[in-house]
Amino acid sequence: MNDTISLIFIVIGVVFDLFGCIGLIRLPDVYNRLQSATKSVTLGTCSILFGLFIKYGFSAIGMKALIAIPLLFFASTVAAHALIRGSYKSGIKLWDKTVIDDYKDVQK
Amino acid sequence: MIISLLLYILIGLSFLCFFRVVFGPSIADRMVAIDIFGILVVGICALLVIKTGRLFLIDIAIAWIIFSFIGTLTLAKYLTGKKLDE
Amino acid sequence: MKYITLFIIIFALWLLMTFNLETPNLIVGAVVALITSLVFGKGFLQDSKKFFQLQRYFWIIVYLFIFIWECIKANFDVAYRVLSPSMPIKPGIVKVKTSLKTDIGKTFLANSITMTPGTITVDIIDDEFYIHWIYVSSEDPKEYTNKILGRFEKYIKRIFE
Repeated sequence: MNDTISLIFIVIGVVFDLFGCIGLIRLPDVYNRLQSATKSVTLGTCSILFGLFIKYGFSAIGMKALIAIPLLFFASTVAAHALIRGSYKSGIKLWDKTVIDDYKDVQK
Repeated sequence: MIISLLLYILIGLSFLCFFRVVFGPSIADRMVAIDIFGILVVGICALLVIKTGRLFLIDIAIAWIIFSFIGTLTLAKYLTGKKLDE
Repeated sequence: MKYITLFIIIFALWLLMTFNLETPNLIVGAVVALITSLVFGKGFLQDSKKFFQLQRYFWIIVYLFIFIWECIKANFDVAYRVLSPSMPIKPGIVKVKTSLKTDIGKTFLANSITMTPGTITVDIIDDEFYIHWIYVSSEDPKEYTNKILGRFEKYIKRIFE
């Protein structure tokens, strides 16, 4: 029973990883790639780790998998934020079809 | 059986990331791809725990999260400091 | 006070990660937690008595469920945008104003925005968030502020302020 539930979570996770990587290839510029890739892949990997936790329950390995989820979560959000800010500051252009850019005004 | 299949899918996805690393038009694309690759490796480690039953792999996953985070921050800092647009 | 709170958090984390209760393990964990809390305690939260107000934990649990639900819903939205052949995206960077005051509240709000697919926080300047949005659905500042922040802001206010 537990094995089945954990397998369902793991399959969902791999499918989200797949969507994220397709987004990494298909989308047009750095900013949109970060949008799709970081978040889908993070949610997918969190789902895989949660499946691992369900499979092993409250043992040493299950708890480690559970602790890895918030760790991965904060690490990847902060990394995404740093990357998008860095690429804006380094002067990489937004996509041509971008409709609005408020951040331009505060750059000196 | 199905775990092996999922493992092959994840490894294939890492090769998609390498595609972006090799052909990415700007340097930021490559950094994004490396960041994503780091997260995928954590998933691969988690699946390897189930497949092989070696429990230390989850420790490797946790350590990998931390080091990939530090690496990405360093790259982003480098990106902020210099003018790198082609 | 700050040091004691940080010590308790680190020690609990150590116990969860190593997951055994033998004496040597406890001693090593206590020494490591002591050193870490002495080094990093200065930069920790400003008023740590909020940690012991129990109603905040209730709101954290409520917030967690709402957050996971939003995350999953929005992830399907992004998956649809990526997979559909015409790629219906309309990206842009918008400016929204928040009413949160504390730094930790702003941090958590920014992280929540980043994690809901479709929006990424680019920068925070005072109380203005600059947000990259994959599909800018309206041009009116009031409407999109409500759309991006309205889901999370009231819960975060209850948790951290």
